[in-house]
Amino acid sequence: MNQILEMRGITKTFPGVKALDDVNLQVSEGEIHALVGENGAGKSTLMKVLSGVYPHGSYDGDIVYDGNVKSFRGINDSESDGIIIIHQELALVPLLSVGENIFLGNERARGGVIDWHETRRRSKELLARVGLSDPPETIVDNLGLGKQQLVEIAKALSKNVRLLILDEPTSSLNEDDSQKLLDLLLEFKAKGITSILISHKLNEISRVADTITVLRDGSAVARLDCKDGISEDDIIRDMVGRSLKDRYPDRDPKIGETVMEVKNWTVHHPLHPERKVVNDVSFHVRRGEVLGIAGLMGAGRTELAMSLFGRSYGRDISGTATIEGKAANLSSVRNAINAGLAYATEDRKTYGLILDETIRRNVPLAKLEAIASNGIVEPRREAEVAETYRERLNIKSSSIEQVTVNLSGGNQQKVVLSKWLFADPDILILDEPTRGIDVGAKFEIYTVIRDLAASGKAIIVISSEMPELLGITDRLYVMNEGRFVGEMATAEASQEKIMTRIIKTGSERGEDT
Amino acid sequence: MSELANDPSERGAGEGRSSLAFLRGHLREYGILFALIAIMAFFQIATGGILLKPVNLTNLILQNSYIVIMAIGMLMVIVCGHIDLSVGSVLGFIGALAAVLIVDLDIPYGIAAVICLAVGAVIGMAQGFWVAYFRIPSFIVTLAGMLVFKGLTLWLLEGQSVGPFPAEFRLISSGFVPDLLGGEELNLFSLLIGVAVATGLFLLSFRTRLMQQKTGIADEPLPFFVVKSVLIFAALVYMSWLMADFRGLPNVFIVMALLIAIYSFVTSKTTFGRRLYAIGGNEKAASLSGINSKRLTFLTFANMGMLAALAGLVFAARLNTATPKAGISFELDVIAAVFIGGASMSGGVGTVVGAVVGAFIMGVMNNGMSILGIGIDWQQVIKGLVLLAAVIFDVMNKQKG
Repeated sequence: MNQILEMRGITKTFPGVKALDDVNLQVSEGEIHALVGENGAGKSTLMKVLSGVYPHGSYDGDIVYDGNVKSFRGINDSESDGIIIIHQELALVPLLSVGENIFLGNERARGGVIDWHETRRRSKELLARVGLSDPPETIVDNLGLGKQQLVEIAKALSKNVRLLILDEPTSSLNEDDSQKLLDLLLEFKAKGITSILISHKLNEISRVADTITVLRDGSAVARLDCKDGISEDDIIRDMVGRSLKDRYPDRDPKIGETVMEVKNWTVHHPLHPERKVVNDVSFHVRRGEVLGIAGLMGAGRTELAMSLFGRSYGRDISGTATIEGKAANLSSVRNAINAGLAYATEDRKTYGLILDETIRRNVPLAKLEAIASNGIVEPRREAEVAETYRERLNIKSSSIEQVTVNLSGGNQQKVVLSKWLFADPDILILDEPTRGIDVGAKFEIYTVIRDLAASGKAIIVISSEMPELLGITDRLYVMNEGRFVGEMATAEASQEKIMTRIIKTGSERGEDT
Repeated sequence: MSELANDPSERGAGEGRSSLAFLRGHLREYGILFALIAIMAFFQIATGGILLKPVNLTNLILQNSYIVIMAIGMLMVIVCGHIDLSVGSVLGFIGALAAVLIVDLDIPYGIAAVICLAVGAVIGMAQGFWVAYFRIPSFIVTLAGMLVFKGLTLWLLEGQSVGPFPAEFRLISSGFVPDLLGGEELNLFSLLIGVAVATGLFLLSFRTRLMQQKTGIADEPLPFFVVKSVLIFAALVYMSWLMADFRGLPNVFIVMALLIAIYSFVTSKTTFGRRLYAIGGNEKAASLSGINSKRLTFLTFANMGMLAALAGLVFAARLNTATPKAGISFELDVIAAVFIGGASMSGGVGTVVGAVVGAFIMGVMNNGMSILGIGIDWQQVIKGLVLLAAVIFDVMNKQKG
């Protein structure tokens, strides 16, 4: 096969650190090439070099594209050659229409006046190619994340893409949308469009990729051909540089009596009060137990957790919650914390951390009074607390004075966890605790969860990654469309069983209406 | 790509840290102080020594007292992620209210002052209520407040100036600390206060350093710490000596110093302060950590209203009359002072001391340029450019970091 891209001996240094060290990447025309590696391995940096974000001259090595050595000075240069990168955080303007977004900066216009007819016609064509039937006038904000991702791809197609780079495209998509996206990549492949897929989800990679390049610590450590029958374990071994035989720590659950019980919990959508986002949910969790809540994105799991945690989501909330047999006052976040509840968010940057502040300032935030006397913060106790958790959770940082925005995703997550561990709740709800985190850090977080359960706390884990739930929980609820549609002991659960519960209840509902 | 290793503070930790390297790392914090010193030095030379003449220095403090008082409140509003455009109008309104109460209605000035402060707090609450509990953008709420109180000032004064105030009332802004020690040429008592405060601050920072060393979080190199402490000590003693040489420390200077001390303490050492910065940094995360961000925002505006009222009293007392024009466009000077002092538009960043230094930078420039006979036209241009330069410096410095 023809080589469309060869990156030769790419070395990129930032002050004090070598981000890429003599990296080679060869991509054949018309293949799906996966780029994997832990966070910080250099995947994004490599793609920034390729797309010209880091202009020619700021790195060593050559980019050979289509047989010619290229020196991109900016993203415009690479785009005009048909190299389009779609970032993890989508770059759509939420309040503009789909059509306007597709041609943003590249408007169909004559003499500066937009030709709406042409915009509409071309948008429709492009949307059809990515399998979207929504009209081009739809406001992007009204589309789900999965469809927004497709709009991004339509935008790439409008620029006559030849090499499509997708950075973690499915990280915020549910199973169904992820499948559709991967199918689309396969379709593109059939039409001769080459893709580079950056992903943490090894099952997706083994499904669609032809070739895999593994990066570790800024070097390309392996190039695997999927025809040879690569197993996920092989990839992981190359990624972490050691065999990670057990992805989940061993544990020996000691489950006690029920600590929290929720009955008939119903939550309405804050803007559309007629919609029940959580519908008559009842569950309980026991001391020392790790309870999982499985379900697809949008099933109402986060909404359930946030509505319990001080009514932080929704309106017209009804139902009862008892903690330790007594009716729990969860009317505000403060009261929920006082009642022994804690919720670590799925979106740590928006809801979890004060990014501009240090580890030291973030860790004690949920229980400031414990490091203060008479309202005056005692810096020494603050430092001790932060240092204790920094060591206990192995937060990789220069010191507690490091600003959290500079930490990697896994370490940010550990700071969020530290905050809640310090608040010392009886029941800890963890919402997608390992999203966007590399394999090594995941294991560390699982270990923390295990130790917490062993110390008698009740842990509720919300996760979209079923293997994770199966690996670390004792008991599972399955949630779909606002309801709990199944309960099973993890020992008897399987991915198939969970999916069956979801699909079956989904189609039952479909027949009802 | 992990940004961790790119963090300069981390690299700094590994290397030996000279005073100079430390300074480079903390340019943002100390830059503003150096700017003030440089500007003072420039005008001291350009005006042929008039700037630091005892009488002028005293004037400088009197002229800027109300801006400084409001800048303290504004700093907290801005740290919290909001803005208050109404402070100038509130200042004017409270001055008018004081005049009506004291001059027209003959209410004793002490009671009138308490009423005025309370009304200021209520005004702040009324605005904070909409901002905090109904999430109406503070820019809009306080823009409305600015118009409302400008109008109410006119109505209250019926378009006329009202005055004069009783002499005792005027003491807050034109009085001086009496010399209890009976110095002849020099107000010895004032000098003593200055020296005592300087010594107190010196001991306090020494104690803090000892504490920091014990917990291993001291990051100032020793020579830097020594030079800094000695300079601050010397500057304070020198200033109080200069003022003692004129008529002593102005009463309003004592008020200002107390406010700076109290609010510095509140913002940097208390749980209230921590929470305020947390809200400004990320309101959602703060709320989900159990912080009652609505109440804190509400209180911050109430406090701003009260400080604007205090500034209103000081200003009216200084002018010895309440005029319908009082306070017009003061809010801009106050906001400029806070931003020059290193606060961030998006909230979560800034210090009380920075805001005060920012206010004095504006004040020294006003004063110095007036002495040099530069017209009000060019004064505005230069002040505008200084504000822009200060913020550009901040932003560039942050990007570089």
